[in-house]
Amino acid sequence: MSKQIEVQNVRFHYTDEEGNRLSGDVLKGVSLEIEKGSFTAVLGHNGSGKSTLARLINGILVPTEGTVSVMGMDTRDDDLIFDIRRHVGMVFQNPDNQIVATIVEEDVAFGPENLGIDPQEIRKRVDDALRSVDMYDYRLHAPSQLSGGQKQRVAIAGIIAMRPDCIILDEPTAMLDPRGRREVMETISMLNREYGITVILITHYMDEAVKADRVVVMDDGNIILDNTPDKVFTKPELLQAVGLDVPQASELLWELKNAGLPAEVNAIDEASCVEAVMKLFD
Amino acid sequence: MAIIRTEKLTYKYSEGTPFETTAVDHVDLEIEEGAFIGVIGSTGSGKSTLMQHLNGLLRPASGKVIFDGMDIWADKSRLRDIRFQIGLVFQYPEYQLFEDTVYKDIAYGPANMGLSESEINERVLEAARFVCLDEQQLSQSPFALSGGQKRRAAIAGVMALRPRVLILDEPTAGLDPMGREDILREIKAYHRETGCTILFVTHSMEDIAKCTQKILVMDHGSVFCYDDTAAVFRRAEELEKIGLSVPQITKICSRLRERGIQLDDNIYTVKEACRQLAECYNKRKAGGTDA
Repeated sequence: MSKQIEVQNVRFHYTDEEGNRLSGDVLKGVSLEIEKGSFTAVLGHNGSGKSTLARLINGILVPTEGTVSVMGMDTRDDDLIFDIRRHVGMVFQNPDNQIVATIVEEDVAFGPENLGIDPQEIRKRVDDALRSVDMYDYRLHAPSQLSGGQKQRVAIAGIIAMRPDCIILDEPTAMLDPRGRREVMETISMLNREYGITVILITHYMDEAVKADRVVVMDDGNIILDNTPDKVFTKPELLQAVGLDVPQASELLWELKNAGLPAEVNAIDEASCVEAVMKLFD
Repeated sequence: MAIIRTEKLTYKYSEGTPFETTAVDHVDLEIEEGAFIGVIGSTGSGKSTLMQHLNGLLRPASGKVIFDGMDIWADKSRLRDIRFQIGLVFQYPEYQLFEDTVYKDIAYGPANMGLSESEINERVLEAARFVCLDEQQLSQSPFALSGGQKRRAAIAGVMALRPRVLILDEPTAGLDPMGREDILREIKAYHRETGCTILFVTHSMEDIAKCTQKILVMDHGSVFCYDDTAAVFRRAEELEKIGLSVPQITKICSRLRERGIQLDDNIYTVKEACRQLAECYNKRKAGGTDA
């Protein structure tokens, strides 16, 4: 697999327009490589630096020290910033802040229009993008009349229409109800699996992170864990120490073990938890 | 005794236009004094609209809201007082912080009630204690606080009214697990100490399972069900159909029951699941009989 994003020894603090320091180090020397086509979840409590990392990757912010490169392009190079953003799309928490048009399909067309793409090609891309998030039937609706999950899928379609190689989602389900969360998570997994789009998902929901193939845990501006979900979520003490939790599936096994049962803490989802518990009764 | 009652409460948005939608449809509800009630429902189910009726922010198209035995709209001069007694914390309340210190922000409500300086001071300190903000934080600008602290400062502003009913609309949305846990713990302690009636609106089934005795489930503007927490989570399939869910632990226990483990059908916390599983395990080990 090839490296799509390379973050090397990045330190970052916020500054004002004159370059005066406004914050402590938000990132304290972070290095991370993201492979093409991978699905990475980034966890960490509020203030751990995960959103800052996301904003560095698509060039909204540039590092104070170190480098971030997207497909070999350095984000500090102003001439490359449009190319970088075309490769790396970003979806934010609040769908209402990301929708600009009064008709769903016009909203999805906004991105490609700004890239100066031929109108016929835009038509095609908009239709394709709306179909891929299962919102094609709503193409002529007003975004204001959609549910939160539907709006968020329209926001994702707007990014897909720009045909990015990578999508970063910063807590895309935080404001959604359970159905909205399911819809958005299914869409994200599908984009990764079927279209091979690289996904970086920032989330506070452990059950969402379980769906990724890699979990990066941040704390106080550093990456403290970087492994597969089954390795990360079977360490409840460590996660709880940095203010995170584990899915209830692994919490149950952990509690059983603490209660003196010979339970193995190796499950991260419902099915594997059920199997692990059944083993106790064999 | 019921502290709040609604009778055929109905509310329509954009009434008389082609966009007219009935957000709350003939809702009859009784809220017991001192209860801790969870309110769930998918987006657009009418739960926030219903909550905004309970303290008279919205006026019903038809039907009544009865607080303490009186229709809240019967005498408009009482409304102001009712809003002090039924405190409402909106979604993302930290966006409404505006004073230059946290102290002044919390004091804003009590000051509007016309209380004396010393009484205001007492209430601010009490509310700050409930949400674990210390004196040093009280003297800071609200904007110097972290996201979770800002949220708690905003909640303290409503607690300082010493309301008889506290309504919280998604108080944990957008917070990290520790921030969520802190707020849940503080609200539980607040309920225990003050005996205040609490309505807690959330999308998190795990949060609601941790603290409420009773759950109100809204769907399409109507009450889908209103029952004890265990009884509501027993209806997993129906909840999924209306866009909701049950805690992951409830799903795990239901699968284990299908596999022959004798667990109750109303488990919704990890603690209870662990207790029952350990019991089954020990019984089995001791007796060698079927679990």
